Amino acid sequence: MLTKEDVKKIVNEAKTEALEEQDLLIYTLHKIQDHYNENYIPPEVAEWVGEELNVTPAKVYEVLTFYTMFSTKPRGKYVIRVCTSLPCHVAGGREIINALKDELKIDWNQTTKDGLFTLEETGCLGLCGVAPVIMINKDFYGDLTPEKVREIIRELRRGDSE
Amino acid sequence: MKPTTVLVSVDSNSILIGAKHFANVLKDLTREHNLGSIVDVLETGSMGNYNGVIIAILPDDVYYLVKTEEEVRRIFEEHILKGRKVHSLAIDKEKIPNAYISEKKEETKIVTRNIGEIDPKNIEEYIARDGYFALAKALKMKPEEIIEEIKESGLRGRGGAGFPTGLKWEFTAKSEASQKYVVCNADEGEPGTYKDRLIMEGDPHSVVEAMIIAGYAIGATKGYIYIRGEYYGSVENIRKAISDAYEYGFLGDNILGSGFSFDLSIRLGAGAYVCGEETALLESIEGHAGRPRLKPPYPPQSGLFGKPTVINNVETLANVPQIILNGAKWFKSFGTESSPGTKVFCFAGNIAKRGIVELPMGVTVKELVYNYGGGIAGGRKLKMIQTGGLAGTFIKPEQADTPLDYDSYKNYGVSLGSGVILGIDDRSCVVDIALNVMRFFRHESCGKCTACREGTRAAVTILEKMSRFEATLKDLDLLKNIAKLAADASFCGLGQSFPIPLLSLIENFEEEFIAHIEEHRCAAGLCKKVEKKKKKSTKVF
Repeated sequence: MLTKEDVKKIVNEAKTEALEEQDLLIYTLHKIQDHYNENYIPPEVAEWVGEELNVTPAKVYEVLTFYTMFSTKPRGKYVIRVCTSLPCHVAGGREIINALKDELKIDWNQTTKDGLFTLEETGCLGLCGVAPVIMINKDFYGDLTPEKVREIIRELRRGDSE
Repeated sequence: MKPTTVLVSVDSNSILIGAKHFANVLKDLTREHNLGSIVDVLETGSMGNYNGVIIAILPDDVYYLVKTEEEVRRIFEEHILKGRKVHSLAIDKEKIPNAYISEKKEETKIVTRNIGEIDPKNIEEYIARDGYFALAKALKMKPEEIIEEIKESGLRGRGGAGFPTGLKWEFTAKSEASQKYVVCNADEGEPGTYKDRLIMEGDPHSVVEAMIIAGYAIGATKGYIYIRGEYYGSVENIRKAISDAYEYGFLGDNILGSGFSFDLSIRLGAGAYVCGEETALLESIEGHAGRPRLKPPYPPQSGLFGKPTVINNVETLANVPQIILNGAKWFKSFGTESSPGTKVFCFAGNIAKRGIVELPMGVTVKELVYNYGGGIAGGRKLKMIQTGGLAGTFIKPEQADTPLDYDSYKNYGVSLGSGVILGIDDRSCVVDIALNVMRFFRHESCGKCTACREGTRAAVTILEKMSRFEATLKDLDLLKNIAKLAADASFCGLGQSFPIPLLSLIENFEEEFIAHIEEHRCAAGLCKKVEKKKKKSTKVF
């Protein structure tokens, strides 16, 4: 959990890269979210960011809820972003989605009971050369097949229970 | 330079098929065999093919396509240790889209000329290939002369809209203001497009250099590169490029002793397609939700923080140093009269050889699909091609003779857009495709204007009905009307352009839509009748 002091430090570090006032809100929110295993930004922390950058809480929430990479609710340890765009869709993406939902036993925007996985839809990840593609936290996986995607999930589960 | 250089194509696409691992295996083997003083293993940008990882051995000029670690080891043992070419893994240079061009039409590689040839993280390799020479030349020119050169070259925006770059620069240069900005739109979210990512990963300095030149030309001292939040590889390489450029004195105060100063910084997107729209992007940098602004005023008059701003796409900018170095006349010798230069095309979907290729404007869709893309994967039948990105047009194979340039949409109704060639084989259903496309736009609509927000929602509802075989012919008419209305009444480019793919699908494949409506038949077997649920559903139409 970040403290108010931590937030202040992160914002101040970011400020060294600022060219103008107010060009840092989204940038800082990325940095804050990176600190949380649950891949989200708690409301009070968002408010502190606002205070440091002189932005009203309403504005911070507007930004948080507009962009899909941010979440105000805790997500799983692994956020699985599945590309549902047409290039992946026609290259076997449908089967990947079915396999994921079946393996995880959850639907879009849900988190598994053990808190490990959250399943989200995403637009193009810019890796159409190796479609279908998914992204788990900061790692990408391409040229997927249903078998491969099940194996990836099982691997992560195994790694986590060790 | 060591006697033997091994180039491994390492980019975001290739990493997913093992490129990074293969490069490490080669480096380890080199160390194990004490060949460090003779063999250099370098990670370079994309070589444009993703059926495996391409490894080039220089100066032998032998190219290998590998899929497993074992194959990499074999190449090391046979070729590097014993000097014997591994014929079973070697591929013709012609099979590599990029290399193909460099052999047949070398002069068409403008934007991608360094990609796959240099280490993108090493500024000296960029400089060795005339990097920052254009900047040095530009700083000796008058700003007006630079703008004149760009205008004369006929360079047009490669992001999709195709606005003349020189004019954009001129408008901004003529706006009086105490502060101006240069912004690079690297928020490439168009499904199927990944060229900007490969340019930033493979040759980041070309973008940085172009932005400094643009800044000097228009009188801006600050610039931002707005990169998609998910593009970690691009962010990493651009960040390194910027910090090295500062170190070498190409950025910061008094660049190359010219008296001109310029600062450059990265800003990240956070997963909003609409931020590719220029004014939405500006809102995002300013720390707001990315909703488009009403135009006019256009960014050259009032852009970032209300100041005159030039916004260019990554590929557009990557052309600039070459134009400055070689002149407008040289640039105009490629492509067509109204669309000079080259275009980087991306293959996606069911195309056999997925990857990128840079060709002169005016190349036909057919040439792209069959000569460079290798046709359709698995020998299946081509059903349709979407050109230009998700907001582009769907065409039948019969229309594939169309040349792609900025006039192709005007003359033949085929989009050039961002340069995507998305091949779709005969296992697909048009209703399913239309639904996929419209769900994307429904999700990405920012919600600011009714035509787009409600139009995309209504279109999805109708298409869902169609896929459940519950739609009527009236629904099909309604769908067309919604599309036409949104095209006219939407606030920004997103809402104005989602009707393009929708209408082109209906126009080219109307009989398939009608088969869903009248015969309850889906040729691909993807659409299914859904049994009525007990729960009452709220019907919109």
